Amino acid sequence: METSEELKLLGFWVSPTVARVGWALGLKGIKDYVYVEEDVMYNKSPLLLQLNPVHKKVPVLVHHGKPIAESDVIVKYIDETWKNYPLFSQDPYEKAKILSFAKFGDKLYADAFKAMWSRGEEQEKVVKSTIEELQKIEEEIKGRKFFGGESLGYLDIALGWISYLLPIWEEVAFIKIFDPIKFPGIALWAENFLSHPVIKEKLPPKDRAVEYFQERRAFITSIIYG
Amino acid sequence: MTNEEVRVIGAMESAFSRRVEIALKMKGVKYEYVLENLSNKSPELLKYNPIHKKVPVFLHNGRPIVESLVILEYIDETWTSGPSILPKDPYERAISRFWANFIDTKILGALTKIYISKGKEQDANEEIVELLSILENELKDKKFFGGESIGLVDIVANLIALWLDVIQQGVGKEIFTKQTHPKLFKWSEEYMNCSIIKETLPPRADLLPHYFPSAYASK
Repeated sequence: METSEELKLLGFWVSPTVARVGWALGLKGIKDYVYVEEDVMYNKSPLLLQLNPVHKKVPVLVHHGKPIAESDVIVKYIDETWKNYPLFSQDPYEKAKILSFAKFGDKLYADAFKAMWSRGEEQEKVVKSTIEELQKIEEEIKGRKFFGGESLGYLDIALGWISYLLPIWEEVAFIKIFDPIKFPGIALWAENFLSHPVIKEKLPPKDRAVEYFQERRAFITSIIYG
Repeated sequence: MTNEEVRVIGAMESAFSRRVEIALKMKGVKYEYVLENLSNKSPELLKYNPIHKKVPVFLHNGRPIVESLVILEYIDETWTSGPSILPKDPYERAISRFWANFIDTKILGALTKIYISKGKEQDANEEIVELLSILENELKDKKFFGGESIGLVDIVANLIALWLDVIQQGVGKEIFTKQTHPKLFKWSEEYMNCSIIKETLPPRADLLPHYFPSAYASK
């Protein structure tokens, strides 16, 4: 029987990559772990710097004293260590398709984030690519309940940020990317995703998140655009 | 045994395509190699990878998979006799994946900056020296990242063993040498001496003019 000292998660309240790990643990029914909130913006703990010296970032999962960093690596580790509620199809080809698509999701994430802080022509260009990329996501969900089918899977976890973070970024940056009329499949998925009990309990408070990204956006634009 | 059709759509100069070949050779899998001219992409490539239009595309019985890291894991899971690409232990697998990501994001990113800046950005040059030292540290006393034989990280590090070396030659900067990274340098010598690796390395004489056409154009 594992005690709570056996599993520790270093995170940051609004980070979508940390949320992925929380969701994966939740789906596996793992509740008995220590969560450590890191002040990643201003004051990273010595523990974080020791456990993830390469990137100095959250999330970091520590299991039996051994640290694992990077959300995709951590989620795969969780899936391979706790065999209940598999996050992947058993078919290696289906699994490969999910993993390739998740990589595409990373590109969408980077572009959407850039759309949030960029300005002028640069912003117009990246908003346009983000909408095109989102169209691929719409084709992938194809009216299914979740990317994992009837239950949540790896891709739902990897793309979960679209459901709650993308609208926040749109609000903060006064842009429109995720129009529910243009993306009905994603809109329906988002509703299903956000109402799932495991997902719901790990979402950041909206007002606080909006404020946080307003500050981030102001900070980034001051550096890039002066 | 069913008739298995394995095809790799790749390009001569693509480190990522070559990784797939290394994995297939390790597993002893016969495959057909389709050589793409990336400046004139074939309809087949565009059909199988419409999103990214990139190589490699791996086709197993007509079903396509893209992204070299994904392909490597698929190969490991599908052909289970022969050497393993990833370790069996979940924690060791996590470590391998972490360092593979490190190479494909951090090191590739820094290398791209150096290539684009033609080696003139001192920050980029210093950054990659530092990143290579971090990776070298992970090698410890092992012959390969995979231990006694090559594994996932070694396959992914083909980028460092050859391509990084070609780029450093082309821009005329010393960022990865026996002096700067003795352990990693030794690894690259052992690595490029493996027969399987040798079979998948494009000739330096072909890569140099590809990346530095004005300096090395064939006469």
